Amino acid sequence: MNIDTRKRELVKELSPMLEKSSLLSKIWIAALISIILVGLYAFVLQLANGHEVTGMRDNVVWGIYIVNFIFFVCLSYSGAFIAGVLHFFETPLKNSIARIVEITTVLSLIIGPVFILLCIGRLDRLYYLFLYPRIQSPISWDIIAILTDLIGCFVYLYLTFIPDLAILRDASKENAEVPNWRKKMYRFLAIGYQGTPSQHKRLHKIIRIMSVMIIAMAIVAYSVLAWIFSLTVQPGWNSTIFAPYFIISGLYSGIAVIIIAMYIIRKFYKLEKYITKIHFFAGGVMLLIISLLYGYFTFSEYFSRWFSHKKHDVDLLNTLFSRYFWQFIFANYFGILMPIAILFFKKLRTVKLVTIAAIISVLGIWLNKYLIVVPTLETPYLPIQDTRAEFVHYTATWVEWSLSLTGIAAFCLFFTLILKFVPAIPMSGIIDLEKGKQSKREKNNPIVTEF
Amino acid sequence: MKKKQTEEGGTDRRKFLKLGLMTSLTAITGASIVTSLAAQEEEKEPTGEMIRLLTPDGKIVEVNASNINKYPEALITPEESRKGIPDRKFVMVIDLAKCKNARKCVEECQKAHKLDEHQEFMKIQLIQNHEEGQPYWFPKPCFHCDEPPCVIVCPTGATFKRDDGIVLINNERCIGCKFCVTSCPYSARQFNWGHKEKFDDKSQPYSPETGVPAAEGTVMKCDFCPDLLRQGQLPHCAKACPMGVIYFGDKNEDIVTNGEETVRFSQLINDRGGYRHLEHLGTKPNVYYLPAVNRQFPLERGFDIDEEIKERYKDVPYVQELKKQGKI
Repeated sequence: MNIDTRKRELVKELSPMLEKSSLLSKIWIAALISIILVGLYAFVLQLANGHEVTGMRDNVVWGIYIVNFIFFVCLSYSGAFIAGVLHFFETPLKNSIARIVEITTVLSLIIGPVFILLCIGRLDRLYYLFLYPRIQSPISWDIIAILTDLIGCFVYLYLTFIPDLAILRDASKENAEVPNWRKKMYRFLAIGYQGTPSQHKRLHKIIRIMSVMIIAMAIVAYSVLAWIFSLTVQPGWNSTIFAPYFIISGLYSGIAVIIIAMYIIRKFYKLEKYITKIHFFAGGVMLLIISLLYGYFTFSEYFSRWFSHKKHDVDLLNTLFSRYFWQFIFANYFGILMPIAILFFKKLRTVKLVTIAAIISVLGIWLNKYLIVVPTLETPYLPIQDTRAEFVHYTATWVEWSLSLTGIAAFCLFFTLILKFVPAIPMSGIIDLEKGKQSKREKNNPIVTEF
Repeated sequence: MKKKQTEEGGTDRRKFLKLGLMTSLTAITGASIVTSLAAQEEEKEPTGEMIRLLTPDGKIVEVNASNINKYPEALITPEESRKGIPDRKFVMVIDLAKCKNARKCVEECQKAHKLDEHQEFMKIQLIQNHEEGQPYWFPKPCFHCDEPPCVIVCPTGATFKRDDGIVLINNERCIGCKFCVTSCPYSARQFNWGHKEKFDDKSQPYSPETGVPAAEGTVMKCDFCPDLLRQGQLPHCAKACPMGVIYFGDKNEDIVTNGEETVRFSQLINDRGGYRHLEHLGTKPNVYYLPAVNRQFPLERGFDIDEEIKERYKDVPYVQELKKQGKI
């Protein structure tokens, strides 16, 4: 097999993704932009009128912003984790989906912290965090952890992009249709990578080291996030298992979001050849394992509270099982048992059903986090004795919902735009995979990686 | 045995001043601003006279009366407010047996701190410990804990613990992350959710010791009124209470007063079974409670209030029962 011709074939095959904009994709982008514009209006409103426009009040001082913050940040950590594992163990699966995982990681790590900024009453004083830092505060730990992780993930993502950028640079040289700025950009970003064996070896070594590092950073950063809650003395938060619980729930939602992304990208760009049933099958098995773990953690958390029935824990459980009954049932029963029920049976692990299980998981996780944040704040040690309904119970306002949707829309929009710049399938990965298969065939070894 | 030091005539404030004077005789280093202030206030000499003052480090100095800095009125800047009043350890004792929900403490506090109708640094809750127990009125300020969870989590040091035991907020440093609100187990903190006209009123320069003017997007709470303490006065709530529920004083001097009677702090706590709320959380509050035994007023007296405020207590089972019986 001639590598150069194969590269050219791949570019030809995948470049329509980069060049043409179909009507559907235009509508899609327009819709996303309009959601974001509404969100920007909501943001201006919040900036001008203060947090009064949100549903947050003195008892529930953190609302769905912080739920979104946890959700997106946990998405990124799990993305980093999965990307790191895929690369470190050199699984053949990585070659087609690694890029989806990596983009998910970086985008959610950019969008997540924006939500914590929305919780801050005085954005104009944000630099005080660096001007008057107090290292004792878990918030300071969180800032350090997230910034480190963000930089690490960026470096990692860029490293994995280099071979493809080099391929695109070479391919676009002769292609007159590619605009000049793109050619320049590809040339600049490929930093002279030619794919020589020594370069190839060195790059892979660095990526391997980085993959281990981002796994470690993900664990640290997500533990710190969980500690923001569990280091307080509040009844629903002060839990020793919160850090591992959050890591597991992060993996759960991360795998689920990646499965959903795989499904949409596969459908939209017609990549059935590269993102195969096997990927969904494997994703489904991973989701099953993590959902069992996640269910176990959830059960342990609430079971010990219920069994030991300390007064304030009982108060919290009463709130959860009265006002939040259906949410609790959906998040912690349906959201865990349903995916398990689907994924448990081999026959049910089809592309569609795995995706449905993934959607249920994502919704369940979001609600689970909501139930960790809001009911706890509604059930403080001293009972809330107030006549103002909005101070007793939290209801998110349209501003909060709009900004939450903006986060999702921005995620989708950036995802779409990145896929216009580099293909969803890492070409170098496909070539490596095919090379590997060929060399194995030549050695007359049994083909392990075939699927 | 209660040691009473009731004195005739004069205001509550005077008594507190004299208390400071007397105790400084026994503990010279414990003397302080309070005594020096007393000297300053009581000697109204014409300009040019010399006055003898006791400095915070225990030395007696003679200064020209016209040179005396009007310290009580002087602005305490955010930087100065971090230090605290030397050699003091402020403590509050709330006698639950005497509280009848007159709400004078709440109203005076609101007036002094320019708070709106529902913003209360001092909240009066109706607490029922268990099904058998009768509920009692529970005035709840900030507990100014010795292990304050709010101070630990603040990422910018906007809220701080002073040497005199007071936990204060500098709202010019606060970024409004609300982490302190979520970590306080006593719900003592309040957030300024929107902009209000009163925030723009700069006639009184801002000091963390008064908390006025408040600022949008920042946190506020009960501050033990250090501006009054510097003048040798009791906090607004203690001054306002008609029942003498709130005792305030100095743990170092082992003395607290409610304006009418002055007692030994340790003796009061020991004789009356004083306790701290939610002791098991390990926050070490500086507000002590005397249990609601041998009450001076029936609980129902506390319902002689606005309908709106009465509504706050509707979830307490005992109140529902009273309503059924038509007693309130």
